[in-house]
Amino acid sequence: MIHSLFLINNSGDIFLEKHWKSVISRSVCDYFFEAQEKAGEPDNVPPVIRTPHHYLINIYREKIFFVSVIQTEVPPLFVIEFLHRVAEMFQDYFGECSEVTIKDNLVIVYELLEEMLDNGFPLATESNILKEMIKPPTILRSMVNTITGSSNLGATLPTGQLSTIPWRRADVKYTNNEAYFDVVEEIDAILDKSGTTVFAEIQGVIDACVKLSGMPDLTLSFMNPRLLDDVSFHPCVRFKRWESERVLSFIPPDGNFRLMSYHVNAQNLVAIPVYVKQNISFFESGSSGRLDITVGPKQTMGKTVECVLVTIHMPKVVLSANLTATQGTYTYDPVTKILVWDIGKLNQQKLPNLKGSLSLQSGAPKPEENPSLNIDLKIQQLAISGLKVNRLDMYVEKYKPFKGVKYVTKAGKFQVRT
Amino acid sequence: IDPFIKKFLHSSLSFLYLPQMIARGKNASDLFPAVVKNVACKNIEVKKLVYVYLVRYAEEQQDLALLSISTFQRGLKDPNQLIRASALRVLSSIRVTIIVPIMMLAIKEAASDMSPYVRKTAAHAIPKLYSLDPEQKDQLIEVIEKLLADKTTLVAGSVVMAFEEVCPERIDLIHKNYRKLCNLLIDVEEWGQVVIINMLTRYARTHMFVPICFNSGEKAFYGSDDEDDDDEEKKAEAAALAKRKPYVMDPDHRLLLRNTKPLLQSRNAAVVMAVAQLYFHLAPKAEVGVIAKALVRLMRSHSEVQYVVLQNVATMTIKRRGMFEPYLKSFYIRSTDPTQIKILKLEVLTNLANETNISTILREFQTYIKSMDKDFVAATIQAIGRCATNIGEVRDTCLNGLVQLLSNRDELVVAESVVVIKKLLQMQPEQHSDIIKHMAKLTDNIQVPMARASILWLIGEYCEHVPKIAPDVLRKMAKSFTNEEDIVKLQILNLAAKLYLTNSKQTKLLTQYVLNLAKYDQNYDIRDRARFIRQLIVPTDKSGALSKYAKKLFLALKPAPVLESPFKDRDHFQLGSLSHLLNAKAGGYQELPDWPESAPDPSVRNVEVKDSVRAGGTVTLRGRAPGESDTGSGSESGSEESGSGSESEESEEESESEEEEEDEEDERTKKKKKIEKSKPKKPESTIAPSSSVRMYELLHRITGEGLAVEYCFSRQPFSPDPHMVAVQIQFTNNTSSETKSLHIEDPKLQSGMRIKEFPEIELLPAGESVNVVMGIDFCDSTQAANFQLCTHTRKFFVSIQPPVGELMVPAFLTENEFKKEQGQLMGMNEISEKLNLGEKCQSDHAIVERVTAKANLSRVPCGSEKENRFAGKTVSSGSLVLVTVARKEGGGAQLTVNCEKMVIGTMLVKDILQALTQ
Repeated sequence: MIHSLFLINNSGDIFLEKHWKSVISRSVCDYFFEAQEKAGEPDNVPPVIRTPHHYLINIYREKIFFVSVIQTEVPPLFVIEFLHRVAEMFQDYFGECSEVTIKDNLVIVYELLEEMLDNGFPLATESNILKEMIKPPTILRSMVNTITGSSNLGATLPTGQLSTIPWRRADVKYTNNEAYFDVVEEIDAILDKSGTTVFAEIQGVIDACVKLSGMPDLTLSFMNPRLLDDVSFHPCVRFKRWESERVLSFIPPDGNFRLMSYHVNAQNLVAIPVYVKQNISFFESGSSGRLDITVGPKQTMGKTVECVLVTIHMPKVVLSANLTATQGTYTYDPVTKILVWDIGKLNQQKLPNLKGSLSLQSGAPKPEENPSLNIDLKIQQLAISGLKVNRLDMYVEKYKPFKGVKYVTKAGKFQVRT
Repeated sequence: IDPFIKKFLHSSLSFLYLPQMIARGKNASDLFPAVVKNVACKNIEVKKLVYVYLVRYAEEQQDLALLSISTFQRGLKDPNQLIRASALRVLSSIRVTIIVPIMMLAIKEAASDMSPYVRKTAAHAIPKLYSLDPEQKDQLIEVIEKLLADKTTLVAGSVVMAFEEVCPERIDLIHKNYRKLCNLLIDVEEWGQVVIINMLTRYARTHMFVPICFNSGEKAFYGSDDEDDDDEEKKAEAAALAKRKPYVMDPDHRLLLRNTKPLLQSRNAAVVMAVAQLYFHLAPKAEVGVIAKALVRLMRSHSEVQYVVLQNVATMTIKRRGMFEPYLKSFYIRSTDPTQIKILKLEVLTNLANETNISTILREFQTYIKSMDKDFVAATIQAIGRCATNIGEVRDTCLNGLVQLLSNRDELVVAESVVVIKKLLQMQPEQHSDIIKHMAKLTDNIQVPMARASILWLIGEYCEHVPKIAPDVLRKMAKSFTNEEDIVKLQILNLAAKLYLTNSKQTKLLTQYVLNLAKYDQNYDIRDRARFIRQLIVPTDKSGALSKYAKKLFLALKPAPVLESPFKDRDHFQLGSLSHLLNAKAGGYQELPDWPESAPDPSVRNVEVKDSVRAGGTVTLRGRAPGESDTGSGSESGSEESGSGSESEESEEESESEEEEEDEEDERTKKKKKIEKSKPKKPESTIAPSSSVRMYELLHRITGEGLAVEYCFSRQPFSPDPHMVAVQIQFTNNTSSETKSLHIEDPKLQSGMRIKEFPEIELLPAGESVNVVMGIDFCDSTQAANFQLCTHTRKFFVSIQPPVGELMVPAFLTENEFKKEQGQLMGMNEISEKLNLGEKCQSDHAIVERVTAKANLSRVPCGSEKENRFAGKTVSSGSLVLVTVARKEGGGAQLTVNCEKMVIGTMLVKDILQALTQ
């Protein structure tokens, strides 16, 4: 299975290597560098690279390439999914997954990798089992460690491995027992030039933060579970109960976790919360162009649209932009050719507008395509699909937990073609 | 090496440097002796770091590594299962050939360890040893065979992994474990699931028969891809016809399909993909559709996941286009997608194109052509070309669109269009001489060699359609000949030859000139070609008979090219595999065999008659998540072992009665019936009777005049009221007529008791059975609940009396909590009995199994080896019930029950005592 792992930063330094079987020389990464050079953008590096004796399966996350070395047949998704788990575990342990944090916590990272795979086959990938063996760093602990020379390695062996509920630690104790659920929905849409929807769908997730003592057994039910068309669950959810009663019944992991993700039935028309009036044109003569964008609220269900952000990837010939925004600020990066207009809250009365001229490289032919606009937005206290949590019940444990549900709608991959 | 570190190696501080050095790829092997002497260190932290180091450098320092072996050997005997496991893990990771016999011994021993965790570690160690010494294969296969028979979920994934690495060809080892693996699957950890599913796909392809549905509607639905109808189906149809009996799917095949389906909802992309490929390769056509939704969901994931999924979807869309058609729009391309994703999406869109959706797709393609990403535009033009060849109706529209692109400013776009147009024109050149003219003009501007070559070829091939222009083009080309690329030069020669043959008057001199130029070209291919052409077309006295046929040779009618998807025929690789992705066999790839010619014998999978019946019976149990297990956090997953515990009395009874009733039928149909019976008919939280759940009779079929009613305590929480015990009732209509309006009337209950009736069953057809759930609040007493069971014609007086063990639900306590609670339930609330354990229940495993079978309790983790503790709460009042079984020397034991409700306690002691002494 997974033979070795190399972590490589953007400038091509291999800053960590780990081998689960015999050692493979890091020169194998040269094939990766070759592919990387050919691809140009990091996004375009093929996830599977073939070399004469090995296969390299890689992912790109947080500006780090995780390059794993494979020798024999293995489902590529198996490796990719595992590598993403590794990255998520780093994030979970250190707050972020970056070269700096990995280098700072090299011992923990190494221990984690050691426990996550045995002979290249995943052994413990549940965060709470790992946390039992290897404690996450805190400022205090790392200070103590520097002085006393101890490490964050727990002295305990992985009892969690033996549990039939591997995602939950035993003996959890909280003074304040709380369970929070965030229903986050994202609208993926493609709108064409005239504003008609080419394609739109709603994808949602329920993220939970559960801090409850003991072994609570929770049941979460919805007012309108029929809205959910396609679902995937955290392993703790009892699928049978969902199939028969459409309720989520589970013994929750401790802390933060993603309870479920879902796709809303496509037959229901998707409400598009904003509209965009845009006019971008480039002139053949004078190497200049005009830009005029107005954003306004459309179907917002009476809520305010916040954090509106318009991102435009301009054609290469656009040198600079001279624009005025009636609301918010704009920036244009002449190197990456990205124009960002940060609008903020959408005002019903006075619609934000961005207007002005673009100057192009002189002599170059005018761009053929107008750039498409990517829109970001956020609506608090609204799940755009109309999904509502009905109630949360707790069994087994006796205390009364504090419960809360929050709804947010965001723009996912929301693109307006021009 | 930093001498500083060496000096400090005696303190634990320095150990922190070791992983740092290893991780950075520095060589720290000089430190080996200094480090390894710490292997016996008591500090667990240091110990672990030494392990890391040891495993990394043992290969280089074999002699020194041997010094540490004895430590691990000692560890293998440790009473703590976790230490045994970790010793085995490190020992087996040391790649030193001398210790192979020691490893072999350790693995063999661990494979029969009490603890499933140690057995799991043993399974992990097998591939390690195999890679170190392949000679050990035969012995290792024995261990694998043993571990495959293991019934715990913890071991299943790891041992199948070992099986796949060591002896994937020994698929016969799976026979006896097939049903068990299917049943355990949902509770296995996710990585194990992937491996098991992939292996079972291969197994089913060798030992099942091709699935077909003679469903008339299905043909029409998939009518669009009838052309490439798989010959598998035809073969199967023929075979089935020959037999002249309708196809019945092997129940085992059905079992696999049903048990994997819920895993499509997994959060792990690899699991979803594994199930998807299983359905693609194994399911009847009509059922494959379910996977589309799940695969489309994966497209929301990371771009690497998208990449792999799209590759597989592209292959699937060629065979089963209908499946993804409803999700067409999910494959629309965003300008922010990485190019490699764009190109794959384009591939899928092209595969999905048909007469009905082509106009939408072409409109979408139009927007893509304007993209700034030129590689993507080129791919789009190719895609348009493919749509045009596949769908005749739009050929002209596409061609016109492409011709417009010829005036595009970007040369790459033009070049790609030329190449595609050339292919399209070849299909019907007569009607398009104006396009050829247009393209002839392009030779002045376009520089891309491939495009120039394509234009020249076109003009040469169809020179009779453009008789005036062709010689002029040749004239221009002759002028620039020396500066052209090789492929263009070859096409110039080609054009010259063709013109010479058709229009020698005008082009004779030009051709001579070009041939002369080519004669002195640097490239030998071009020189060769020139010589060859000259001999053919310019007749001299020396030239042979061939020159007579020159015209036929050069101007033969050429077949139009077929534009094919690069994903065609990739499905002979198992989908989701690395080999499929690379379209080349990767090392260790196991060929996915074709379906066998004739239906193989399904009886090879029968374990014993008893077990096979049960395998059918437990079918729907697997819907639950592992957390539901009755044993709670205990290390034994006894209750999950479906088909296990063959000694347990009640299951034997069950299967015996089954046999009595149905002994006239043969075993095979019985199994089938069982499966159908247990299929949930209504969306209620019923469970199928499993081996561990005992069925009680409520109404015998004779007294019930053909209506048989059985009930069991399903041990599921009764959701409408947590104070009630869930009672699952199974009605079986053995009469030849249907029974109507089954319901409960007139319950006679002791004070305080309550009943939540099941919803009325309106109709129960003859021969069918149905499961319902009702709730009864027994008020923590074993008093019977009496009520009348009414059909549309009759009423029956029945009563349900619960065994005391069913009046409770598991409570999850820690050891400390248990002790604390026990301390508060002393004196009158404690009942203690001495007993002699029965012959068959000397082990922990047996004790746990018997106690949890008797009472709905969960196991409490316990430090002491000799004790087993269980905890539960009564359903109505929630009073704690604590059970302790302490084993003593010589088969004796002490049973202690602490419970506030003394009556419950006394009865429970009696019941458990009986269970343990038998």
